[in-house]
Amino acid sequence: MQKMAFPGRHALHEPSHSHIPSSYAPLLDPATTSAFEAPDRQCRRRRSSVVALPLMAVLLVVALFSVVALVTNGNKPNPMVSTPPESQQPENMIPSRRGETEGVSLKSFRPLLGAPKYSWTKKLLAWQKTGFHFQPKKNWMNDPNGPVFYKGWYHFFYQYNPYGAVWGNIAWGHAVSRDLIHWRHLPMAMVPDDWYDINGVWTGSATILEDGRLVMLYTGSTNESVQVQNLAYPADPLDPLLVDWVKYPGNPVLVPPPGIGSKDFRDPTTAWLTPQGKWRFIIGSKLNKTGISLVYDTKDFKTYELLNGLLHSVPGTGMWECVDIFPVSKIVENGLDTGENGPGVKHVVKTSLDDDRNDYYALGTYDGETGKWIPDDPINDVGIGLRYDYGIFYASKTFYDQEKKRRVLWGWIKETDSENADIQKGWASVQAIPRTILFDKKTGTNILQWPVEEVERLRMSKKVFDKVEAKPGSIVPLHVGFATSQLDIVAEFEVDKVALESINDTDHTTYSCPTSHGAAQRGALGPFGLLVHTDNHQTEQTPVYFYISKDTEGNFKTFFCADHSRSSEAIDVDKAIYGSTVPVLEGEKLSMRILVDHSIIESFAQGGRTCITSRIYPMRAVYENAGIFLFNNATDATITASLHIWQMSSAYAHS
Amino acid sequence: MMKILISVILLIIMVVQTYAESASASQNKDPPLVVSTCKNTPHYRLCLAVLRRSPRSAKADVWELALIAVGAVKTEAERAMDAIKKVRKGGEGKEVAAALKQCEEVYDAVLEGDVQEAEEGLKLGDPKFAENGMADAVVEADSCEGGFAGVGKSPLSRVNSAVHDIAEVARAIIRNLL
Repeated sequence: MQKMAFPGRHALHEPSHSHIPSSYAPLLDPATTSAFEAPDRQCRRRRSSVVALPLMAVLLVVALFSVVALVTNGNKPNPMVSTPPESQQPENMIPSRRGETEGVSLKSFRPLLGAPKYSWTKKLLAWQKTGFHFQPKKNWMNDPNGPVFYKGWYHFFYQYNPYGAVWGNIAWGHAVSRDLIHWRHLPMAMVPDDWYDINGVWTGSATILEDGRLVMLYTGSTNESVQVQNLAYPADPLDPLLVDWVKYPGNPVLVPPPGIGSKDFRDPTTAWLTPQGKWRFIIGSKLNKTGISLVYDTKDFKTYELLNGLLHSVPGTGMWECVDIFPVSKIVENGLDTGENGPGVKHVVKTSLDDDRNDYYALGTYDGETGKWIPDDPINDVGIGLRYDYGIFYASKTFYDQEKKRRVLWGWIKETDSENADIQKGWASVQAIPRTILFDKKTGTNILQWPVEEVERLRMSKKVFDKVEAKPGSIVPLHVGFATSQLDIVAEFEVDKVALESINDTDHTTYSCPTSHGAAQRGALGPFGLLVHTDNHQTEQTPVYFYISKDTEGNFKTFFCADHSRSSEAIDVDKAIYGSTVPVLEGEKLSMRILVDHSIIESFAQGGRTCITSRIYPMRAVYENAGIFLFNNATDATITASLHIWQMSSAYAHS
Repeated sequence: MMKILISVILLIIMVVQTYAESASASQNKDPPLVVSTCKNTPHYRLCLAVLRRSPRSAKADVWELALIAVGAVKTEAERAMDAIKKVRKGGEGKEVAAALKQCEEVYDAVLEGDVQEAEEGLKLGDPKFAENGMADAVVEADSCEGGFAGVGKSPLSRVNSAVHDIAEVARAIIRNLL
């Protein structure tokens, strides 16, 4: 039995707001208490009756007590045993919502004395709703589904819980738009009312056939929790709003094949035509801990042929959810239809990893004859290399917009506050602003993501700042003259050339956004950038910044990070620091764009080479109390920033 | 007389020793999956205790073990709700009342949101939602406890700690399924 000081006493004297006393009563656990002691064996010796009788009595009592203790041990908690005080460090108080395997910073916020008592008011919660990001009027949303352009309308479907603000009862919500920004909500397209999807109408994708007909393939969770694929199509193909849908009576059209787990078979992609004239799509799964992508061919979407061999697989990545494959052109500046291939074409393969809730992609070559894809760089293969976004961004899916000839990406942005707050505010999750995807010709190793140009139509008043200087260790308020909850910011930074050249060997090999101390960690050449959702005293602040490191040979590495360690005084929100390196080529200025929209910000560096989406839940820096600032926390380099800042109007959804 | 007494004592000794043996024997009878699963959680012995409580754990796979752990979180959260109601009758000050109200809200979220979501995620085979639910339960328990900071001694420390730890165990078990 471990001998421990009763921690409760310390808890009483602790001034810290966030210390949780670690005294705790374990449940039934006979192993921890050795209340049972072997009775004294001396009683077996014969003794004279004068001594023996009282001795016997004592031993009887001891033995009886032991029996009683053993029998009742499981029912009464033993207050003397407590768990080891492993949670005394404030850093461990707020667990990361995502897997801790990422090395995400777990810094908690130390409230100032006299800080407002933590509680979410209606006003604070109302502020969190976005002005121009897609979200249903209320309740829970997750994966984007079946995005498609059809008869003049952009259609968007999504995983939706009609009954509450947490995941469950999943149906397909539906909305339409002319411009990917202003949305009209429609009735749910599909609900879980057949045995083959009664436990959830899950994710799926749209395919437009040669004759223009639209079919939808989606995953259903059956009455026995088996994951199957089902076919659905518009009840009236002439209705451009596609309000009503019909499920194919012969569903399911696909069940898990031999060797694939019944719970490891979901999220079919859009199909494309093979050289043999069949429709082909992929679907993710796993074999033990290897993430895989199965390939199916079909002529009629009713019967299918599983190809021998996989599109691709990567050991150790776990379940591949929401896989995607699409071509990008190395030559032209527009997107390509899903079925295109050729010498000027590369293929992106993407997966959402169940394991760490991030979306990964890799560039490679797809062979239409064999149905196989090979990565350009196996070291940065799918799931172990580049991410679409280094913040909160999951279950993403692209579609080809044949109207404007672009490849458009949707991404699910979940909440990073508590579910209690979600239930109180009555909704959870938004979608990112749709992004175009292009091959990054300059690096050849990345794709570029950029918010669709239609979002720029929301720009209203503009404020321009030309060559604002920020010396090392300075904060410069940016007086824009309008509210700062909905903004589009485009900024360029120049770093003092002398400092860049003369500094030698900074923390080149050790720096990383998630493990750093964020904007507070000063280097010679960074961090510098912008503070958004920041009050006048910077009590709450959200830095989005660059950090430059340099090695002994004079090679630079640039990091792009978003720091949420002080975004909010609330203790029940995620406080991670997100980000990654961003390639910066010779002659390029450092540039960033930030879409600020209440509780979501989307940050893009170097034209979308590295992206970070994050959620922010301030308790002070809201409405008229929030502003934006330029900051430079480098120790040596002066920076000069030029900015265009627009106030953004809202995009109201029509019912 | 002496012989009778000695016999009685020997009998008691034997009975007690049998209990002791069966207590330690039941540890050795833990299914290997239970032992290995619990070793991968931050609270090994608590995990064993939680899983042992359910007779289903003897033949359970990891999905079932995860469901048992989620059930234990539910039980503790229900206890928290009961405790809140009991503590409330005391005519406490405004700040304590506010803290208790917040605890009631967060435990409502644990029961209606986190546990619900976790059970569905496990039953339907989309375990990431189960992990999210259990990760959130930890946050909710911490915020209930945190609501008493600077206000007074928390009357719910024990149960908040229990929810916190068991939810951490449940989350760790669920991670095996991802």
